[in-house]
This record gives sequence, C-alpha cells and structure tokens, in this order.
Amino acid sequence: MTSRMNETAPDGAERTASPGCAKRIASNQRGSTAPAAMLALVIVVMTAITVYIFLKKIWWFPPSITDEGAQFDAQFLRTLVITGVIFVAAQLGLALALFRYRDRGQRVRYFEGNNTMEIIWTLATLVLFVGLGIYAEKAWASVHFVDASPSALPIEVTGQQFAWNFRYAGPDGVFGRTRPDLVSASTGNAVGVDPADPAGKDDIISPGEIVVPAGRQVDLILKSLDVTHSFFVRELRLKQDAVPGMTIHLHFTANTTGTYEVACAELCGLGHYKMRATMMVVSEADFEKWLQEQEAANQ
Amino acid sequence: MATHEGVSAHAHTAPTGFLWKYVFSLDHKVIGIQYYFLALLSVFVGMALSLLMRLHLVWPAMKLPFIPGGIMKPEQYLALVTMHGTIMVFMVLTTAPQSGFGNYFLPIEIGAEDMAFPILNMLSFWTTFVSLLVILAAFFVEGGAPIAGWTSYPPLSAVGDASGPGEGLGQTLWVIGLAIFCLASLIGALNFITTTVDLRCKGMSLMRMPLTVWAWLVTAILGLLAFGVLLAACGLLLLDRLAGTSFFIPGGLVFTDTVMTAHEGGSPLLWQHLFWFFGHPEVYIAILPGMGVTSHILSNFSRKPVFGYRAMVAAICGIGFLGFCVWGHHMFVSGMSPYSGFAFSLLTMTIGVPSAIKTFNWLGTLWGGKITFTCAMLFALGFVSLFVTGGLSGLFLAQPTLDLYFHDTFFVVAHFHFVMGVAAIFGIFGGTYFWYPKMFGRMLNEGIGKVHFWLTFVGVYCIFMPMHFLGLVGRPRRYADLSGVNFLAPLHNVEYFISIAAFITIGAQFIFLFNFLYCLKWGKKAEENPWRGTTLEWSIPSPPPFDNFAGRHVQVYRGAYEFSVPGASQDFIPQDAVPEKEGGIH
Repeated sequence: MTSRMNETAPDGAERTASPGCAKRIASNQRGSTAPAAMLALVIVVMTAITVYIFLKKIWWFPPSITDEGAQFDAQFLRTLVITGVIFVAAQLGLALALFRYRDRGQRVRYFEGNNTMEIIWTLATLVLFVGLGIYAEKAWASVHFVDASPSALPIEVTGQQFAWNFRYAGPDGVFGRTRPDLVSASTGNAVGVDPADPAGKDDIISPGEIVVPAGRQVDLILKSLDVTHSFFVRELRLKQDAVPGMTIHLHFTANTTGTYEVACAELCGLGHYKMRATMMVVSEADFEKWLQEQEAANQ
Repeated sequence: MATHEGVSAHAHTAPTGFLWKYVFSLDHKVIGIQYYFLALLSVFVGMALSLLMRLHLVWPAMKLPFIPGGIMKPEQYLALVTMHGTIMVFMVLTTAPQSGFGNYFLPIEIGAEDMAFPILNMLSFWTTFVSLLVILAAFFVEGGAPIAGWTSYPPLSAVGDASGPGEGLGQTLWVIGLAIFCLASLIGALNFITTTVDLRCKGMSLMRMPLTVWAWLVTAILGLLAFGVLLAACGLLLLDRLAGTSFFIPGGLVFTDTVMTAHEGGSPLLWQHLFWFFGHPEVYIAILPGMGVTSHILSNFSRKPVFGYRAMVAAICGIGFLGFCVWGHHMFVSGMSPYSGFAFSLLTMTIGVPSAIKTFNWLGTLWGGKITFTCAMLFALGFVSLFVTGGLSGLFLAQPTLDLYFHDTFFVVAHFHFVMGVAAIFGIFGGTYFWYPKMFGRMLNEGIGKVHFWLTFVGVYCIFMPMHFLGLVGRPRRYADLSGVNFLAPLHNVEYFISIAAFITIGAQFIFLFNFLYCLKWGKKAEENPWRGTTLEWSIPSPPPFDNFAGRHVQVYRGAYEFSVPGASQDFIPQDAVPEKEGGIH
C-alpha cells in the first residue's frame, strides 16, 4: 500500500495519503474482491479464447481465387490486426481497471478529466480509423471504380424466386433482346429471350451453373425478374445485389480452377435458403469445349 | 418554477380513481412504468421467437410449440425472423431506454414536476400500445406474419402475396402498425425536447445536466428527425400495396411466369435510402440512452466524477449528428453508386471516434476509483465490454471492400446483436437495477441479480461471439434451412453451441423476471438514496410523490457527478445541496 501514498494523479495534482489508507477495511476488501476477480477473469478468458480462434483460423474464409480477392484478404488482415490490438487493449484495460480499483477501503483519486489525453486519443483514433478506411478504398476502386475491359467475357446473371440462370451471348457476341412477358420456365425460356430477335438465337442459357475461364476477365451483368436477390461467391470475395429494374455490372478474373457455390445473399422469399447455383472455373481450353457443347445443343 | 405553472396539465392535485391513476395517467412516472412493462412483455415475446428460430435451425424435424402444424416451414421461419427483429428493435430498444426510463427520470433529474405535455405523453404511450397490437395481429391473419425481415425491402414487401405467404394482410398490418409507432415516437420526441429545453430548474445549466439527460435529449432529436422519414416511407409502401402506386416497384416484374402490369417506374433502392436514413439514427436511438446510463452508473459506483464530462457531451452530440450521415453503409452492395459508398465509408469510420472517446472516458472514470460491484455496476461494466466488442466489428463492416464479403452474413448479425441486442439491453438492465428502488420503493434482491448477471454476461458472449466466425465462413443471413449448403456443413457444431447457449441465456431471464415481480411486493423497502447518488432523483422519496418534489423549490448548485471531492465531508455532494459557507465547494 505504501506505493500508493503521495502519488501524482494524471492532472498533476498531489494527493497525500490519509492515515486510514494503509489500513485495509477487511469487509470491503472481501466484499469486492470476489466479483472483481470473477469479472476480470471472465473478460480475460473471453478475450484469450477469441484471439486464439482468430490466430488459429479455426473458422476461416475459403482461399480466394482472384487478385482482387487477395487485396481483400490483405485489407482484412490489416483491419484484424488493428481491431485485434484495440480489442485486447480495451478488454484487458477494463479488466485491470475494475480489478485494481475495487473497493479495498482506499482513497479515491479525484480527477475530472485530462484534456491532453482526450486530444491525443481522439486524434490517434481519427487518424487510425480514417486512415484504415482510406487505405481500403484501393481494393474497392479496383472492383467498382473501373469498368470491365472491353475484351472481358460478358455473362448475364438473372435471379428469380428461387433460381439463378446464366446467359452467354453465343458466337455473335450479342445478347438477344428479352421481354418479361416471354419468361416461361415450362418451355425453357427462363429469361424471356425474344425469338423475333436474331441476335438471341445463338444465346446460351445455363440454368443453375455458370462456367468461366480461368485467367480471363468476366463481366457479370446482374438482373432480377421479381424481387431483389444477391449474387455471392465466397472465393471471389464478391457480392452484388441483383435488383429488378436495374442492370448492374460486376467484373472479376478468376485464377484457380474449381467448383464453387453461389449463394443468394438477399432475402427474397420463402425459398431464399435454397436459391443456389454452381460456379465452375475451368481452363481456357475446357471453357471453349463447354461453349461448343452448349452451342451444339442449341441447334 | 413560477414561470412554468401554466404548462403542467395536472394543476398540482393528484388524480383519483383507478383509470386516471393507472391507465390513462398523465403522470410521467406512471407512463414511464407503462412503457417499461410494454418493453418487458415485448422482450419475452421477442426472445421466444428467437428461441424457436434457434431450435429449428439445429433440429429442423422437431415439432415446436406455437407453430401451426408442428414442424416449421421456411415461411414460418422467416416470419419469426421478421417479427423478432421488429419487436426487439421497436418495442424493446426504442421504448424502455428512452420512453421508459427517460419518461420517468428526465423530469426528475432536471428538477421538473412532469413533462411539458402530459396529455400528449399519455397519448403517445397508448398509441405505442395500439401499434404493438396491430403488429402482433399479423401473426393471426391469413397468410401469417410478413416474411420480408424487419427491413421489409420492396419489391418483396410491396407486391402483396404474389411474392410469398405472409406478404398479404400480414405485411399490410405490419406497415400500418409501424406507421402508428412512428406517430407515437414523434409525439414523444417533441415532449422530451421541450421538457429539457424549457423545464430545467434554477441552476440546472446544460453543463450540469446528468449524462442520462443529455443522452435522452439527443436521442429525442434523432427520433424527431428520423421517425418522420420512416412514417413517410411506410405511407409510400402502403400506397404501393393498396393504391396501385409504384414508388418502389419497377415495371415488368414476373412472378410465376406472369408479368405484373399494375406497376411501373419505381425504385427498390428508394425504400432502402428512406428506411436506412431512419434506420441508422434508430440504432443510435437504441444505444445512446444506454451510454448515458452507463456513464451515470460507472461514476456512482466508482465514487468518481465521469471522466471528461464535456468530451462525453461532445461525443453524444457527435454520435447523434454523424448518425445521420452514414446510412449508405447498409447499401454498399445494393447497386448504389460506388462513389457514394466511398463517402459513406469514410463517414462511418469517423463515427468510431466519438464512440472510442466514450470508451476511453469510461475507463478513465473507473481509474483511481473505489468500485463496489452492485448488480447495476456489473451490468454497466458488462456494457463497456460488450460495446467494445460490437463497436470494433463495425470497423470491418464500414469498409465496402470487406462488406462485399460480410454483407448479409452472420458477421453482421454478430455486430448488431452485440451493440443492440446485448449492450443496449445491458443498459436497460443496469438502469433497472439502479432505479428500481426509486420507481417501486423496494430493493431488488442483489444475490439473485448477480446470478442473472453472470449467466447473462457469459451467455451472450457464448451466443454472439461465435457468429463472427460463422460470418468468416460466409454463412448467409435469413436461411431457414442450412442443410443444402455444402460450405455450411462444418459449422453445424457451432450452430448447436449457439442454440444451447441461447436456450440457457433466455432461461436466465426468468430469474430476472422473478426477482422483478417478487420484489414489487416483498422486496426490502428502499430508502431515499440507497446508492449515495448525487442527482436529483436521489433527493426525493422512494417512490416519489405525485409531483416529484412535493411542491418544494428545487435549485442545483453544481455538476452532476461530484463524488469524492477533496475536502468534502462525505464522498458525494448532491446537486441540490446548498454550498457550505466555508470550504469553497465548486
């Protein structure tokens, strides 16, 4: 207890000890040590478990398959480190404060504030948070501030209750006109291609499965027939709402072959949970083969 | 007080008769308790709904109570999701902290006899009650409750039952109920602001107001500006549903191969802008009173002034103001302009700053203090821990790059439950354990309260911390059935863990309910100032007389948190204690 006498409070004023300071008031000490210790312990254990799970990546993202995805991963880690440090510091600071200053009959250090500290931590927080935010914009810009390159492969993605249909433009490279009144699931015209438009004759419709070539930029053209849906592929680190009445572009370049799940990520009705599709990333050669198979089936 | 005599509607005589005393009372204290009981009822309904959801997710074949047919169908799951969110956000988090405690304690803490508009106050409670009935009625009509979530995005919510079950009369009732709630909230907000501006007693300058009062004031300003927009949005949605307008519905929609020709030219994004322009301030409405209560309680049980009172006031105002500038962060992937996304992102990161200031200052309040661990204090300390956790996950979601992955996953669910579903609730619990003696003249049982605290604090971490990890794996929100998604298969154990934790934690709330109801009648009688507090509510009897100060002239001489002032005769100085002639207490 002697170290606590004659200390300086943060605002610089001297505090002299009273004679009672050295005497522990037993009942207060017993009364507050148990809850203080328990609460501090719970907070420390919770913090430790949380940090452990993040460090060990016990539950984690699937590997990303695009360059933009790698940028996402880097920004996530940056954010995780910063928030992780703040999380640990704040939780442990709380545990320390509540335990150290539990009622043991000590004298209270009276201070109303500290303007210097306020300014320092306000500025530090502002610089850190806004800096992190500005840094994140680079990845955002590469996804959304630049359009797809003119040589990107366009694929139309149409969401509906409760399925995804994908359309390729075919050898002529032009999508045929669609009309909502021509949509007919029973006759296989899932997106309502207008037979009167010659450009639509070679269009390839792929229900529930999108096939993309690795290494080539893809330009998704997102549409919806009925309510708002959302196209989400975890490995791309991309998500985009498909809004009726709007045509929304989203581009990416996948670099790893494989089969990936497409999940709907905007509540669209009772079948939202089962509105899924498959994305297959294949080699350029396999993609050409697949296209030819689809075109042949069209004839 | 002489200048305000004409304002009070109850002319200094206590009401008589059961109806005027307890039902249509104009007394802000009775109205506050009425709101509190409405919230108490609603929170148990809301928890029951979430328990049904959690049970269904891990035991989909189980026959559940209250579900027509026993085994839950997907639309029933979505109805539970919708109503759980609606009831919790509106009927619990927007009522208890503000209209409940605020109504009761705002006038007292500023030295007033009542709110500025007692009749409007009474009307705003009963209007809220009617809105609850209308919303709950959606469960019992044909098609059942709506399935579009508490966010109710069109076209799903705008085209009637073409888009699914529950989207007929159930959705319409929901929109009408919500509109009625908006009206009640607008009236309440007017009352709070007028009261705080006009009815402060002598000596109660703005910078001597307790932080609870600051929080209630800024929350009321948020409510006044935000609920009008929600009311308008509800009106437009109703017109789309019933009058053939197309505010939110574009043309050419196809449902089951049939084109919807009745609508043309509307924008689903318009609803999102309107809803979130309300919705973001709404979440600050939910948390600010809890922050005020936490500051109040931490100071009281550390026997120290709030650290950085002025900075705390600035932070409350900063959060309130910035709260109106960030709504677009709910819309990063909505199809909104990505340049807007950039702007909203930076503003959202900025709002972390006043929140950080408050956290530092809470720690500063504890530092060097002398802490006693009453139940109120435990919940206030828990609030700080939970708010740190919930606030930090917001830093991820504020970045649109990261939101591309996390939007509509359980990472978001984890974030908002930590800040709203737990921290704000801890603010309500803290306020309850703190103010129950004053409101009901009896003490809550501290031992039972501690059991409630430990089970709840550990329980909520067990429920909601794992949800961050679900989000990392990509687990989408609002999925009625997880079995068909391959990448969710490894998460089954986590889902079990969450459901069991939820079951236990919800069970623990019955301990609180028992304590609350039992002590109303059989609790130890409370004295005037059991916590040795400084603010004006501790200078009147427990419970207070009808007109709060029994006609005495109230005057305050100092700030609200004068604890352990050097040289004082005891470790607190009440705000209204007349200054000693010698000693120079500031």
